[in-house]
Amino acid sequence: MPLRPLQQQEVMLKILKYSFYDLIRSRWSYIYFLFYLALGFVLLFLNNDVSKAVITLMNVIIVLIPLIGTIFGVMYYYNSREFTELLLAQPVKRSSIFMGQYFGVAGSLTLSLVLGLGIPFLLYGLMRSNAIFDFSLLLVTGAFLTLIFVGLSFVIAISNENKIKGFGYAVLLWLFLAVVYDGLFLMSLIMFEEYPLDTFSLVATALNPIDLSRILILLKLDISALLGYTGAIFKKFFGTDLGFLVSLAILLIWTVLPILGLRYKARRKDF
Amino acid sequence: MTTSYPHHKYTLVLIMFFMGSMVWAKTWTVCETCEHSSIKQTIQEANAHDTLLIQKGTYREFEILVDKPLVIKGIDYPIVDGEKKGEIFRITSDKVTLDGLFIINVGVSYTKDNAAIRVVQSKNFSIQNMVLEQLFFGIYLEKSSHGKVYHNRIIGDAVDEYNSGNGIQLWYSSDVEVRKNHVQGTRDGIYLEFSDRITITDNVSMDNLRYGLHFMFSNNDIYTKNTFENNGAGVAVMFSKFITMKNNTFRKNWGTAAYGMLLKEINDAEISDNTFEENTIGINIEGSNRIKYINNDFVGNGWAIRVVGACYTNSFKGNNFLYNSFDISYNSKLNDNVFEGNFWSSYTGYDLDKDGVGDVPYRPVKLFSYVVNRTPETIVLLRSLFMDIIDFSERVSPVFTPDNLKDAHPLMKIRP
Repeated sequence: MPLRPLQQQEVMLKILKYSFYDLIRSRWSYIYFLFYLALGFVLLFLNNDVSKAVITLMNVIIVLIPLIGTIFGVMYYYNSREFTELLLAQPVKRSSIFMGQYFGVAGSLTLSLVLGLGIPFLLYGLMRSNAIFDFSLLLVTGAFLTLIFVGLSFVIAISNENKIKGFGYAVLLWLFLAVVYDGLFLMSLIMFEEYPLDTFSLVATALNPIDLSRILILLKLDISALLGYTGAIFKKFFGTDLGFLVSLAILLIWTVLPILGLRYKARRKDF
Repeated sequence: MTTSYPHHKYTLVLIMFFMGSMVWAKTWTVCETCEHSSIKQTIQEANAHDTLLIQKGTYREFEILVDKPLVIKGIDYPIVDGEKKGEIFRITSDKVTLDGLFIINVGVSYTKDNAAIRVVQSKNFSIQNMVLEQLFFGIYLEKSSHGKVYHNRIIGDAVDEYNSGNGIQLWYSSDVEVRKNHVQGTRDGIYLEFSDRITITDNVSMDNLRYGLHFMFSNNDIYTKNTFENNGAGVAVMFSKFITMKNNTFRKNWGTAAYGMLLKEINDAEISDNTFEENTIGINIEGSNRIKYINNDFVGNGWAIRVVGACYTNSFKGNNFLYNSFDISYNSKLNDNVFEGNFWSSYTGYDLDKDGVGDVPYRPVKLFSYVVNRTPETIVLLRSLFMDIIDFSERVSPVFTPDNLKDAHPLMKIRP
């Protein structure tokens, strides 16, 4: 007998809860949490300046969060395959199962990030510092990057039965967005340096969630003046409320797309 | 004995003469309700070497010509209001002292450089303790020498470059001492053109539209212990020789075209013990040779030093480079400058023999800064992982940056 929609939702929440608690209890979650906790404390111990710590954290966040999100996502999917197959035998909607797992993983990673970084910053008088906005932006983009990359890795994992292949593709995806994309971006900037490149660089930045997060955070810091004329154009776009909303919308689209892909794949896949 | 009498007589006459002249030097009191209520008229009536005491009050006068040696002294800062009609004081005589006046409302003109105080072809003048507000040009020294501009406060409200003037301007002047002045909100705080042997000490120049201090074609000048803060474009030193710059502070000149200090065609200068803090570009160097940069601190700048071109035989010794986004930026593969014994906060080498000097050389030029010089738009990749990776590989084996551009003996500890 098929379940009513309300019950379906309950099922999804139950799976989410299960995945979440499963991860919260797991060693990796603690290591991830402790890593951020230690990072936050060390940064603040070393220079005691919240704004400087935010800059250093940005460097860590735009590289590490996508990487850990990707690897964690793939790992979790492959590890819980047997449990997934067991669930699939039950009269439950497929999307509920995968959504539940996805939000469980992404939620626990985000929680580790927010708590791990939030606690040391709170203890060191974040409230008294004017870096609060920069800091919350850092956490928001961090959360978005986690959601995006866990989603992408789930799509890759569900599309590949072969674990090695799945891992390979996931790491390649991270490598592409974190490194190779910027390389291509740089090469095209140099190749077409004779042409006006403002719109191009704006669009190219917005298309990559890692670059977009980096620029969003950079513009909030006072080193944005370094960006010179190009930065002025960026500031004109991202610096306004509209630009900020647009970039958040782009991050949101980046989050929704893998989720839709996951639902699509889950419906079609033959287990 | 008798032979010496006539000599004594002359001495006596001389003494009498000097005493006489002192007795003749008269003090005039000017106030709103006195017999003398106009500064302009009192100056006309006064004789050389007299003193004018201006009592507290408001004097609505402009184009006041001081054409004889006088001391004009304000008591409790009397206000001289030019009512935006033109120039206010014009000094054309030697040995004039202006002291303690509050001058406001200089007339703005697009054809004449109206100043609150203009000194024309005079020597031994002294302008001190003045307060100038709502001005066009502040103190304008024209072909004058051996004077003193001391402890003045110049506060402008400049908004646009085209209709604002400079705080203190020296044009074809020499041997002038500019000390303890505070200049803010003008176009250029202190501007020197064709002026030699000027000493600029203990001044504060801030929030000016363009440059805090601006040198053009001026040689053998010394500036020490000044503070330049938050100026539109920082400090510019151009086309000058033998300049000494010591113990100055250049702070917070942030903006898309702001420099702590801009050097252009400067030769044989010495730049030591200065602090460059939080500027977009600490020092921008172009066509400058034989300059010694010693014991300066570069803290938290975007670019600490940016070398644009044609700079030879410069030496950088004992400087601290702390937390700058780029320490040195270079646009050519040729290097004739020496970097020796500096402290670099991003140095990662080691010191096995514990002599305080790093054992591996430090390469201060990042490949990224080289790329940015070529294509400015690439700066959007600032702090991306890709850039860090190629910077690292360039540091290991330099291909694009000058091979000999390195500090062979970087300090391990910060120079105190």
